[in-house]
Amino acid sequence: MLSPEEWQALVLSLEVSALAVALSLPLGVLTALALARGRFPGRQWLNGLVHLPLVLPPVVTGYLLLLTFGRQGPVGALLQQAFGITFAFRWTGAALAAGVMAFPLMVRAIRLAVEAVDPKLEQAASTLGASRLRVFATVTLPLILPGVVAGTVLAFARAMGEFGATITFVSNIPGQTQTLPLAIYSFLQQPGAEGAALRLVAISVVVAMAALLLAEWVGTRVARRISGA
Amino acid sequence: MTVSVSLRHQFDGFALDVAFEAPGGVTALFGRSGSGKTTVVNAVAGLLRPDAGRVSVDGRVLVDRASGVFVPPHRRRVGYVFQEGRLFPHMSVRRNLEYGARLAPRGEAGARFDDVVAMLGLGALLDRGPSALSGGEKQRVAVGRALLSKPKLLLMDEPLAALDEARKEEILPYLERLRDETAVPVLYVSHSVAEVARLATTVVMLNAGRVVRVGPVGEVMADPDAVPGLGVREAGAVLAARVVAHHEDGLSELAISGGPLFLPRIEAAVGTGVRVRIHAQDVMLARDKPGRISALNVLAAEVVSVRLGEGPGAIVQLKAGADLILARVTRRSVEGLDLRPGVACFAVLKSVAVGKSDVGGGGVVL
Repeated sequence: MLSPEEWQALVLSLEVSALAVALSLPLGVLTALALARGRFPGRQWLNGLVHLPLVLPPVVTGYLLLLTFGRQGPVGALLQQAFGITFAFRWTGAALAAGVMAFPLMVRAIRLAVEAVDPKLEQAASTLGASRLRVFATVTLPLILPGVVAGTVLAFARAMGEFGATITFVSNIPGQTQTLPLAIYSFLQQPGAEGAALRLVAISVVVAMAALLLAEWVGTRVARRISGA
Repeated sequence: MTVSVSLRHQFDGFALDVAFEAPGGVTALFGRSGSGKTTVVNAVAGLLRPDAGRVSVDGRVLVDRASGVFVPPHRRRVGYVFQEGRLFPHMSVRRNLEYGARLAPRGEAGARFDDVVAMLGLGALLDRGPSALSGGEKQRVAVGRALLSKPKLLLMDEPLAALDEARKEEILPYLERLRDETAVPVLYVSHSVAEVARLATTVVMLNAGRVVRVGPVGEVMADPDAVPGLGVREAGAVLAARVVAHHEDGLSELAISGGPLFLPRIEAAVGTGVRVRIHAQDVMLARDKPGRISALNVLAAEVVSVRLGEGPGAIVQLKAGADLILARVTRRSVEGLDLRPGVACFAVLKSVAVGKSDVGGGGVVL
């Protein structure tokens, strides 16, 4: 049904998004906690930085990534030398771009969940003998789980749709950085490839819809378990 | 078992400066809202870092600002029952109860799960979630949860304040059992004289961030000078009594040191000790023994002291047998009956003036 090229784009998109979400999840939870609970100077600046990709033109974000994480970029060169990690024109770079673009959505959802947790419950846990880490693991984390799930799925769907920053940062290389949206774009450039483009469009819609339904389903299940009903 | 507290803390427009010692049993921190009661227990629990001061439980220092000691809340072994219960919504009642128990040091002496469940009547609730509990049930679970963490000290911050009267009556007997059956000392914050009269063994009265009175509950409640702090309508002695008989006409006969006391039927077995709160405003005084009178309780007494109020009222402290009783009368009556220290008189109390909530389990340590 799908050509090898189309399959490649779909699988690559899933891989890129999964990697992006998996790596940004711990960071997202930490950032959400810091923004919701932290009392430190520069909190507003951190908040702005996290949300910047949401409001900047994606091409600007992509270009900034290229400047920072490209072969000549300060961070990119360092990572290349120290760990042999390359981002430029590689699928890891696509994952980085997708992760950065999806990060604000993830943090927002988790932050809302953290703000909904009553700190008084955490106090109660501490008076019962639970250390800070245990309070987080046994009280805070279970209570924010619906938000974490929602944030993760939203971020995954957003990562699947990333286009502007990706094409700017890592270009459009089949099998390496050509994710679904980039493949659709390429097919649209070729005469007679409208059929292929349309098939990928359909897949995009199905994947996005499935993600939203899954988030809703898991969210209500977790919420029901947490409310103890 | 002694809890020793001395604290100073400054808020916006409010200064707390208190020092007191709480022996075993239930020590009530009594005062109006805003008098600093919750601040004191929060400092004892470690939820608040006082500007200055020291708290120790049985010699173990929990905080001492002078020497820089601050034990974090989870290492204090201080159980805390909050006004709103604060049960974990994502855990069943059983898991809530087990939460602190799992974290208590192994082999530590303390309350056993089955005993606590039985004492607080939680057996039927174990598999429910907190959202399926009534307010009173939630508070019972919260008490059990705190108790099962095997605390060296239990703090209760107005645990009944959010409940209606019927629920309060339902939970008070459990708290009396907690006081009488466990060895854990309790700091009990309340602005309700009724709760203090039922539960406290020691009273610490706070006003505007200062301790104004400390003493055994029997002594404080029978002290005319404590009346303004308690409120004239709420003031009244708390007496230790023993149930002698339940009569067929619906009355119970109790013995206090000054004679028999007839009250509407109370739920306590013959021979057991109870404490009875007698509101000062329900006590009438007569110089001659009244004959043919509907009130069933007429106790021979002697005036100990008279405290004239600023308005038309006065508080007369009486001694009936070994017990001290307060009567609230008018200054005009004090003058008319010539009530002075040493004068013999009769204290008259209607049986029906004493309600069910005025009678509690367990005697009073005077």
